[in-house]
Amino acid sequence: MELPTGAGWVRPVSEVSARINAGESLGLVGESGSGKTMLSLALMGLLPPGARVRGEATLAFESTAIQLTGLAERDWCDVRGGKIAMIFQEPMTSLNPVLRIGAQIEEAIRAHPPQRNSGEVKRKAIDSLRLAAIPEPEIRAEQFPHQLSGGLRQRAMIAMALSAGPRLLIADEPTTALDVTVQKQILDLLDRLRRELKLGLLFITHDLAVVAEVADRVAVMYAGRIVEEGPAHEVLAKPRHPYTQGLLKASPTRKRGALTPIPGTAPQLAALPPGCAFEPRCELRREECTAAVPALRVIDPAHAARCILV
Amino acid sequence: MEPLLAVRDLRKTFPRGGGLFAQDSQGARFTAVAGVSFDVSRGETFAIVGESGCGKTTLARMLLRLIEPDGGAIQFQNRDLLALRGRELRSERRRMQMVFQDPFASLNPRMRVGEIVAEPLAIHERALSTRQRLARATAILERVGLNRDALGRYPHEFSGGQRQRIGIARALILQPGLIVADEPVSALDVSVGAQVLLLLQELQREFALTYIFISHSLPVVAQLATRIAVMRAGQFVETGPAEEILGQPKNPYTRELLAAVPELPRA
Repeated sequence: MELPTGAGWVRPVSEVSARINAGESLGLVGESGSGKTMLSLALMGLLPPGARVRGEATLAFESTAIQLTGLAERDWCDVRGGKIAMIFQEPMTSLNPVLRIGAQIEEAIRAHPPQRNSGEVKRKAIDSLRLAAIPEPEIRAEQFPHQLSGGLRQRAMIAMALSAGPRLLIADEPTTALDVTVQKQILDLLDRLRRELKLGLLFITHDLAVVAEVADRVAVMYAGRIVEEGPAHEVLAKPRHPYTQGLLKASPTRKRGALTPIPGTAPQLAALPPGCAFEPRCELRREECTAAVPALRVIDPAHAARCILV
Repeated sequence: MEPLLAVRDLRKTFPRGGGLFAQDSQGARFTAVAGVSFDVSRGETFAIVGESGCGKTTLARMLLRLIEPDGGAIQFQNRDLLALRGRELRSERRRMQMVFQDPFASLNPRMRVGEIVAEPLAIHERALSTRQRLARATAILERVGLNRDALGRYPHEFSGGQRQRIGIARALILQPGLIVADEPVSALDVSVGAQVLLLLQELQREFALTYIFISHSLPVVAQLATRIAVMRAGQFVETGPAEEILGQPKNPYTRELLAAVPELPRA
């Protein structure tokens, strides 16, 4: 994916390949500017004006397969919200402050087939709230977003996202703004829902410990590329890419004194180094690292890393 | 040893449902801080941990009298901080400085970094010449890891981590004894947040600083704290040495908080 900027074209997402099965959860980990949010916006057909996309993305369910790349805007309306839904970091800014919770969910239900009469739409909205484990859904449906706590707002967002029966749910930092005790409840809810509803879940986060809780597989992004991908437990317990290793050492845990930061900062997209984008910050760099972008090397059939040392 | 800071029964309430059309202070009041007491010794890092709305930021701001408490007492270097006025308050305040959470909102976008960092000197050390101020600003910026060409640039030209370093330099330039840091790394990326935490540790050793470290995150607090207070609904529910709070918490709420922290798998 490429974007026009004052300094020419930049490529926030580059050579990304990934697969999410029904009922499976892929954790997409990266720091700011890694391209993780741009990738999710591309999958939702929500790219900024002027963006160029190459490659392909397919959403397959039952006996249908939808090619997302090159989809006309009219067809996106069915897919977006209907087949692929998204929840965001800050539920307060994603909800309309002057509309009751129930009305906002009903709006999402009406926007997608099948056609229902208003009684059915209301019932379906309440069912969605119940699905997101919101206590007293009939009362909550009549309330406004500001009357709900942060955790309940995020549950209302989840209810809205699920109301039209999507097959893929993209969750972009859905718990970053929440307290830890509430975060745990939301993570448990998402985990239960994707198993019960056989949803594909793309969980985007900067927090490796959160990914350990929710993801079957993990993809780590750096400067627009996936630098390591594999089963969550393996990537987090035996990381192979120096960036993944660095990120783990820089993540605070309850143990003290074990913190080692990664020196430097992530490169600007307009000024990427010619070789491996992590090379300037890498302790293990060699001369070859600057020559070309390393290919994804397969460690075992499920685990790969974009590093010449692998 | 005398504590550097002694806080007794500090309290603060705010009018509930206030605003433009509110009736004159008749309504119920919201209790943000409901009687908090603690001592902080020189050189230690006292962490206050709690979830949003527990009153930790109100408490932090009261310690610097950025918010006036309703009641209680604050002794700083054996002086009654709440009794001080005007020039006396200013001269004590330079010994206590704050580092804020949001490095984007806490730096004036229209000022150059040199002016931002040197501004405390213009207030508290007026005898210094412009050249002396700049020399001090350059030295402290270099100490926090920014080179001298940062002086003439504006905050928007810096990354989040660099901006937080600028905020730390501004807090340090008056050579304070106490730094109150309110969520100093929660707006930063993981790799950069770790850099800032390590910098804070180095600076503490080098300048014999005492920290009050406010955070919602037990893993972050675990890196620096010597003692931890867990705050809920305006009160401390448990206070103790960091190892005890993290290892053998007694209060059920502390246990709940610890249990909710997601854990990385072990290699």
